[in-house]
Amino acid sequence: MAYLLNTDEQVKEMLDTLGLKTLEELYDYLPKELIIDELNIPEALGEIDVLRSFQNLSAKNKVFSSIFRGAGSYRHYIPAVVPEMANKERFKTAYTPYQAEVSQGTLQSIFEFQTMICELTGMDVANASVYDGASAAAEAVSMCRDRKKKRAYISGGVNPRVINTVKTYSWSFNAPVEILEQTKDGLVDIDALEKTEHTDIAALLIEQPNYYGLFEDVSKIVEVAHKKGIKVIVKVNPIAAAVVESVGECGADIAVGEGQPLGIPLGFGGPYLGFMACKKNLLRAIPGRIVGETKDEEGNRAYVLTLQAREQHIRRETAGSNLCSNQALCAITASVYMSSMGPKGMEDVAMQCYNKAHYLANELGKIGFKLRYNSEFFHEFVTESPCDIEKLNRYLENNNILGGLPIENNGILWCATEMNTKHDIDNLVSLCKEVL
Amino acid sequence: MRKTLPLLFEKSVENRRTHYLSKCDVEELEIPKNFKRKVAPKLPELSETDITRHYTALEANTFGINDGFYPLGSCTMKYNPKINDKIASLPGFAEIHPLQPENTVQGIFEALEEANKSLSEITGMDIMSFQPAAGAHGELASLMMFKKYFEDRGETNRIKIIIPDSAHGTNPATVHMCGMKVINLKSNEKGCIDVEELKSVIDKDLAGIMLTNPNTLGIFEEDILEITKIIHDAGGLCYYDGANLNAIAGILRPGDMGFDCIHLNLHKTFSTPHGGGGPGSGAIGCKEFLRKYLPGPQIEKEKDLYKFNSYTESIGQLVAFYGNTLITLRALAFIMSYGKEGIPKMSKHAVLNANYLKQRLSERFDIFNKNLCMHEFIITMEKEAKNNNFTAKDMAKAILDEGMMAPTMYFPLIVKEALMVEPTETEGKETLDFVADKYIKIYDDVVANPELAKQFPKNTIISRPDEVTAARSPIVKYMR
Amino acid sequence: MKNPENLKYSKDHEWVREEGKKVVVGITDYAQESLGGLVYVNVPEVGDEVVATESFCDVESVKAVSDIYSPVSGKIVAVNELLLDSPESINEDPYGNGWIVEIDEITDTDELMTAQEYEDYCNTLSKE
Repeated sequence: MAYLLNTDEQVKEMLDTLGLKTLEELYDYLPKELIIDELNIPEALGEIDVLRSFQNLSAKNKVFSSIFRGAGSYRHYIPAVVPEMANKERFKTAYTPYQAEVSQGTLQSIFEFQTMICELTGMDVANASVYDGASAAAEAVSMCRDRKKKRAYISGGVNPRVINTVKTYSWSFNAPVEILEQTKDGLVDIDALEKTEHTDIAALLIEQPNYYGLFEDVSKIVEVAHKKGIKVIVKVNPIAAAVVESVGECGADIAVGEGQPLGIPLGFGGPYLGFMACKKNLLRAIPGRIVGETKDEEGNRAYVLTLQAREQHIRRETAGSNLCSNQALCAITASVYMSSMGPKGMEDVAMQCYNKAHYLANELGKIGFKLRYNSEFFHEFVTESPCDIEKLNRYLENNNILGGLPIENNGILWCATEMNTKHDIDNLVSLCKEVL
Repeated sequence: MRKTLPLLFEKSVENRRTHYLSKCDVEELEIPKNFKRKVAPKLPELSETDITRHYTALEANTFGINDGFYPLGSCTMKYNPKINDKIASLPGFAEIHPLQPENTVQGIFEALEEANKSLSEITGMDIMSFQPAAGAHGELASLMMFKKYFEDRGETNRIKIIIPDSAHGTNPATVHMCGMKVINLKSNEKGCIDVEELKSVIDKDLAGIMLTNPNTLGIFEEDILEITKIIHDAGGLCYYDGANLNAIAGILRPGDMGFDCIHLNLHKTFSTPHGGGGPGSGAIGCKEFLRKYLPGPQIEKEKDLYKFNSYTESIGQLVAFYGNTLITLRALAFIMSYGKEGIPKMSKHAVLNANYLKQRLSERFDIFNKNLCMHEFIITMEKEAKNNNFTAKDMAKAILDEGMMAPTMYFPLIVKEALMVEPTETEGKETLDFVADKYIKIYDDVVANPELAKQFPKNTIISRPDEVTAARSPIVKYMR
Repeated sequence: MKNPENLKYSKDHEWVREEGKKVVVGITDYAQESLGGLVYVNVPEVGDEVVATESFCDVESVKAVSDIYSPVSGKIVAVNELLLDSPESINEDPYGNGWIVEIDEITDTDELMTAQEYEDYCNTLSKE
């Protein structure tokens, strides 16, 4: 039956040594009224039918040939070597590397991941990853809270899903949240930041590029925030990070982000990959697992989970977070991606995204989709819509294209990546023209 | 046997790369100067040959379930069926953007609903949510729901959560993250909850209790119906930590025991791979009265179409999207493979294997669980540690030398020198006999020759790492 | 290591050295021995108020965190900065370089033992 090994004969032998007659006797001492008569789920299927069932279910989902939508999840090219390496059986089936002597492979790959994230973000310390970018942002805000400062200050330009997540975590901690509204150019209102009268702000969370695709002036924001004793957390797109001034270079305190663009499939939202990195002085505040380098008893280099006394299994209720796991396999996937691409490859991807998004914006502009904001953007941008957006997207859908995301005030949030060819883009634009 | 594996950065060769993209087919622009990065990230420069050799070497030095016996107590390291990975990588699941229009993802909705139905049935809950990304995340979601429930009722004084001292560290940490207070409940000498002790810590500020059943010692709380009744009568709610569901799935249901909200570890009971530390999934389930508080949007059917429905009373969201969808699909494949008859049989085999191995090991070792255990049991090396300085850690390292994974060390905290053993159902009798013989031989060898104890492991690529220096002077990234 | 005669000791294994109206506080040899190699000391801040028998700081070893309980009520006027870089000072020299805080404005004192009483007390603990 399925993956059970012991045959009826073996079961009988084992029961005999225990002095029992049936498997049910193993549960005899439990309250009889709790033992159920039968489980109301379907009968078992052989693997052949499990596969058929899922193939049928999978066929009911539409795989778009062209995607022009981002908003927190991005279709990028995943080199064939990435899933090949990441899905190696031992990486996939191993447990958390608590027994360092037999887990050097996992531990070293995480150490490499931490290093690469530090390089991308320009920071001193990175942890072994957390669930996703949104929860990473929420955990980062927690890191900054202390006895006097508890308020989370969030830029309105942050992805609304991330804002909601931080709000949820903050409510749970009984800590207040305030939204710092955008300027009419779609950017952080630095004036309003300067003028804020709150003295209890633990951290300001901004996004680079922001939800609308726009570049923020992170250095200036950090300068103003630090003058007011506010720490700055920057949620950064890891592809953009290859070509944009790094979070560390800008002087921010913590970098977080969604690592899905680094070789992880769209997967209807998960599993994804949250990364967190910070300056050296926040090393003991950063939650989650951290892999450190050390030596073994014979002087050989060795990797080990370290600084565990920050974590829940030791600190219990005095832990800063209850984080118990990381997204290890996703972190390995991202490491393979980043090392396969290398610095020049990452720059390539980033620039192609930038170039194609600007080409798309130009072509859309020519047929009446005007840019909403007057600011520089990376690979996403917002246009107004000269037609009914529902109608437009349906039409595109029938042509196997996932159009931009409808957002507030009749806007469309478009995205282009290296996956969109010039031909794709031209095709999209001519289809849009047909709808007008 | 000792070896150092070079890092990717140490293998890096300037200007080496593999081209994965073609030339850009649109006009090439420059990032505006004031936003441009000044120093390129120092990522390794390698070719695909280097990458594959590197990760092949790393993989060879990682111990997975396919390598051997993996009896980590409370982790349920069962076999991860290959079909689960195959279905999760079908393009109709893997290449679906989370913000696609609902009519284009009906297959995913249907699959999630199927998983919802089956897991609700197995757990005795009314509805599940797959948003939490891990067990601890599920705990957090559940306690947040309790918090919201009491807020809605104007009972914001209710902030005390009772936790037995045998509980996993995530439990009290979660309480802290909800702005609540931990009330530690001392276990009795059997390792279980004392009902009178429980009554004595209850007052009007009780929010509820967090329990694992069977508990972290592998023992079923036989007074569970009375316990949940006491909590409910006092106005509190009961949360079930589903880490140990593998002992009772398909045989008993947390919902019948009086629990209002539960979390499951899909990567434990439901075989999804552990990935070296994640991604897992901490699916949660609850009774109808708590449904509106569930995190994230819920899937509902309107006419013939599945769609997302957001409840205003929801606690909010814990991740950007809907949770680890591809993991949920794997768990569903597992449930479909076992089915109605198979799930209870799975648990029975898990409990049989644990009791059989316990019986064999009791020939030498002190076992905390005196009677029948459930799916796991605890060896205590307290006596050996005192007499021969032969600790649980030493035993664990000796086991590594035999090409097996060691049991969980030093958990739960209430048993000294603990080694928690959970064989799971995916082991055969012959393996259990082999393992028992090996453990007994190690024991006999060390008792005869106590100085051996500190020499393990000898066959691994490193000997015991210096964790003290690693924590005092942390090196957490490669420095040139 | 012998427990110095000129110090007083608490049941929670702290030592107290009276210096005029102030006291200097640290943990005993028995304590550092049971904690094992310390990797970090969460040194409190100057100006913090402390309450007798309540925790005022914690220390970390590789696998555990332990609270340090204040033997007096008062205000912290000095902290041993050396511990931030060298937590092992507590292990190596618990009664000297391993001092943790200086407390002034003392309003309350927990019951303290002499060196001999403390030694006897530790012996009863070892027998358990």
